[in-house]
Amino acid sequence: MKLFNLRGGVHPEGRKDLSADIPVRVLPLPKLLFVPLQQHIGAPATPVVNVGDHVLKGQLIAAAQGTVSSAIHAPTSGVIVGLGDHAAPHPSGLPVPTITLESDGNDAWITTETVTDPFALSAEDIAARVAAAGIVGLGGATFPAALKLNLSRNSGVQTLIMNGGECEPYLTCDDRIMRERALEIVEGIRLIALAVAAKEVLVGIEDNKPEAIAAMQSAVKGSEVKVVAMPSMYPMGSEKQIIQVLTGKEIPAGGRPADIGVLVHNVATAFAVQQAIRYSRPLLSRIVTVSGGAIKAACNVEALVGTPVQELIDFAGGYSQPAARLVLGGPMMGQQFSNTNVPVVKGTSGVLALTSQEIGQAEASPCIRCSTCVRACPVGLLPLEMAAHIRISNLAGAVTLGLKDCISCGSCSYVCPAHIPLVHYFNYAKGDLATQERAKLKQEATKKLAEARNERIARIERERAEAAAKRKAARAAKEAAAAAAKAEVV
Amino acid sequence: MNQIAHSPHAHAPISISKVMATVMLALAPATLFGFWLYGWPAINLWVVSLIAAIIGEAFVVRWQGRAVRPVLMDGSGVLTAWLLALSLPPFAPWWIAALGSLFAVVICKQVFGGLGQNVFNPAMAARVMLLISFPLEMTTWIAPAPLGSAHAPSLLESLRITFLSQPIDGMASASLLGHVKTEFTRGIGLDQSLTGYFSPLHSMVGERAGSLGETAAVLLLLGGAFLIARRIITWHAPVAMLAGVAVPALLFNLIDSNHYAGPMYHLLSGGLMLGAFFIITDPVTSPNTTLGQLIFGFSCGLLTWIIRTWGGYPEGVAFAVMLMNAATPIIDYYVKPRIYGRDRKGAALPVRKES
Repeated sequence: MKLFNLRGGVHPEGRKDLSADIPVRVLPLPKLLFVPLQQHIGAPATPVVNVGDHVLKGQLIAAAQGTVSSAIHAPTSGVIVGLGDHAAPHPSGLPVPTITLESDGNDAWITTETVTDPFALSAEDIAARVAAAGIVGLGGATFPAALKLNLSRNSGVQTLIMNGGECEPYLTCDDRIMRERALEIVEGIRLIALAVAAKEVLVGIEDNKPEAIAAMQSAVKGSEVKVVAMPSMYPMGSEKQIIQVLTGKEIPAGGRPADIGVLVHNVATAFAVQQAIRYSRPLLSRIVTVSGGAIKAACNVEALVGTPVQELIDFAGGYSQPAARLVLGGPMMGQQFSNTNVPVVKGTSGVLALTSQEIGQAEASPCIRCSTCVRACPVGLLPLEMAAHIRISNLAGAVTLGLKDCISCGSCSYVCPAHIPLVHYFNYAKGDLATQERAKLKQEATKKLAEARNERIARIERERAEAAAKRKAARAAKEAAAAAAKAEVV
Repeated sequence: MNQIAHSPHAHAPISISKVMATVMLALAPATLFGFWLYGWPAINLWVVSLIAAIIGEAFVVRWQGRAVRPVLMDGSGVLTAWLLALSLPPFAPWWIAALGSLFAVVICKQVFGGLGQNVFNPAMAARVMLLISFPLEMTTWIAPAPLGSAHAPSLLESLRITFLSQPIDGMASASLLGHVKTEFTRGIGLDQSLTGYFSPLHSMVGERAGSLGETAAVLLLLGGAFLIARRIITWHAPVAMLAGVAVPALLFNLIDSNHYAGPMYHLLSGGLMLGAFFIITDPVTSPNTTLGQLIFGFSCGLLTWIIRTWGGYPEGVAFAVMLMNAATPIIDYYVKPRIYGRDRKGAALPVRKES
C-alpha cells in the first residue's frame, strides 16, 4: 500500500525493549481503589451510589452527565467507603472528586449477557452499548468513544483508521495487546466499522513492532480490515499524522477527522469495544506499561481503573535506583507526577520512573536560530519564532504564526540544542489564550445583560410616562366634559 | 520530589557546546593544513585571535553583570575567532587578529545582545572591517613555506613576523584572485594571467598563497560533508552558494573565456569553500526554512561572483555574506513552511468528503 510523506518528526530512542517481550500479567487485586469521576474529556460523571453501598464488579457507580461525558463502573466488587476527594493523576496532584471502593476480595461480577452474533446488532445499538460501557479513547485523548461513533455515522466515514502506531518511547501496552489479543481487537474493529458504516478499514502499526504486525495480519485474514506497516517516527501515532501518512489527506485547520470522512480509534479501544459488545463487560481495566531506567523489572500489567500507581511500581519490583522523575504516559507527551498514591485511570498508558540521564535535562541557553525545531515540527510551524513572541507576551503574534495548529507533540523541545522548553511556552500560551477568550465571552455576556437591563428600565419608564399621559388626557377630557355640561346647564 | 517539569521528559543528546565543538572538529583538518603550510606565524595568529576573543567576551559579559562561565563555555566566541583567523593573511601582525576578534565578539555579537541576537556574521563583519581599515596588512600574501622546509620561518622568526611586523624578504606573493584582478587592470587576459598560476589540482589541495585556512578546498569540503553527515548543517545553503558562483561563471566563461574565468577557478579560490560550509551555515544569521536557505545561499554565491568579476575588490565572499545577512529577516518574513491543514496563505483547507 502506498504511504504518504510526513513533514518533520523526530526519532527518539525507543527503549521499548525494556518491556516489549514480557507477556501482560494481571495485577493482584488492590485493597482500595480510587476511581475519579473525571477520566474523560467532557463533564465529570455523577455518582449513583452512596457510602456504605455494596457494589458488584461492573456495576454502574457514576452516570454520564450531559452530551460529552462517560459512565464509570465499579472495577471490582466491594463496599463504597468514600465519596470525596483524592489526589489527581496530574502534575498538580490536587484533590478531585473520587469514589473510593474497598474491595471484598471476591471480584464478583454483575450478571452479564453474552451476545452470540454481535454483527446482527444495529449501528445505533452498538454505539449505545459502547456508551453504556463507559469506553473512552484509550490512546490517551480519552474522548468518549460512543460520541465519536455517533458523530461519524452521521457525517459518513470513508476510512476507519485503527491507530497502532504507539510512537511514544518506552510504551509497549498497544504492542502487547496486539500480540496477545489480536482476534478480539479485530472483532472490535469490525464492530466499530459496522457502527459507522466505514468503507475502508486500515490498521496502522509502526514497523518497529514486527510481532504485533504479524499477529494482526493473521487475525485480519478473510476480513475487510487491512494492516499497514508504517515507518517508525515520532509523532506517527498522532491523529493528524496517522491520517496523513495513510491517506495523504489533511484535517482542515480547526476541523475534525470527520470533515474529511475519516475516523481514528486506538487498537486498545477496539478491544474494549469487543468486550463491551460481546460480553457486556464495561471498561474496568487497561494495560499499563511500567518502565523506565529506574524501574527494576519493566513490564506490562493489566490494572483495574483506580489502582494506586504505587502498586504497579511495587509489582514491577520497585526502583533499581532513585527515580529523577515519575511520568504518567510516554516521555514525549506524558505528565510528571509526584504522589504515587494517584490512581490508574482509563487514559493511563504508562507509568515511567526515569533517571536523570534518560531525561537529559539541562539549563536553557539562548536560541541560536538553528531552525532544528522548524525541521522537526510535523505541522510546519516556526517554533523558535512562536516562542520569541510568547516570551514578550505577544499572544496575537504567536497565533498568527500558527499557535492554534500546534499539536503539543514536543518534537521541537526534544531536538532543541539550546534545551529551550518550547512546547511548554506553547501550552502556557494556549492556556492563557483560553483564559482570555473565556474572559471575553464573560464580558460580552455581561454587556448583553447590562444592555437588556437598560432597555428594560427605559421601557418601564416609557410605559409609566405613557400611562401618566393617558391619565392626564383622561382627566382633561373629563374636566372638559364637566365644563361642557356646566355650560349647558347654565 | 523535585520541581515539576513540562514534557517532553527526554531529550536528544545535543547541546549548543556540542554543536560548536563539532564545527571546530570539522574545521580542524583545514586549520592544521594551514598551520603546516604557513608555519609558526599562522599558529601565532590563530592563538592571538582566540585569546583576544575569550578575554574580550569575558570582559563585556562581566560588565553586563551576567555569568561569564556559561557564555564562554558555549564555545561560540572561540568559534567566531577561529573562523576569523582562518580568513586572515597568515603573516598578518598580531594586532590585526586581536582587533578583528574583539570587534567580532564585542561589537558584532555582544552589543547586539549576545549569542543568537547578532544580525551579521561576526567573523565576516570583522574581516570586512579589517579589509576596509587596513587594506595593506589584509592583502599582504606570502608564498607557502611549509613547516620543515628550507624557507620556513623558525619559531623565533615567527614571533618577529607576528609581533614586530618585521618585513619578510622574498616571500611576498599574490593570491590568485588578486593576481588576476591586477593583471586585468594592466590589460592582460586570463589566457596569460592564469598560466603557471592556476591548476585545479593545486587549488584543491590548497598549496598556494592565500588566507590561513581558506586554501585547502578539499579539506574544507570534507569538513562540510562531516557536518552534513552529523546533521549539524544541511546541504541546502552550501550547495546553493556553490551553484550561485558556478552557474554564472560557467555561462560567462562560455561567452568569453578570456575575460570570465570558469567555474573551477571560482569554486577553488578565495574564501568560497570556507564561506559555503562554515560561514553561511551560521544559524544565527541565515534563514530558518529550507527554501529560505536555498535563496540565501544562491544569492550569496551570485553576489560573490559579481563582486569578484566586476567589483573593486578581488574577493567578495565577506561582502556577499554581509549583504545577505541583512536580507535574512526579509527572507524569513516571506518564506514560511505551509502549516498542516492550511494552504500556503494560511487559510484552512476546505472541508471535503469523498463518498
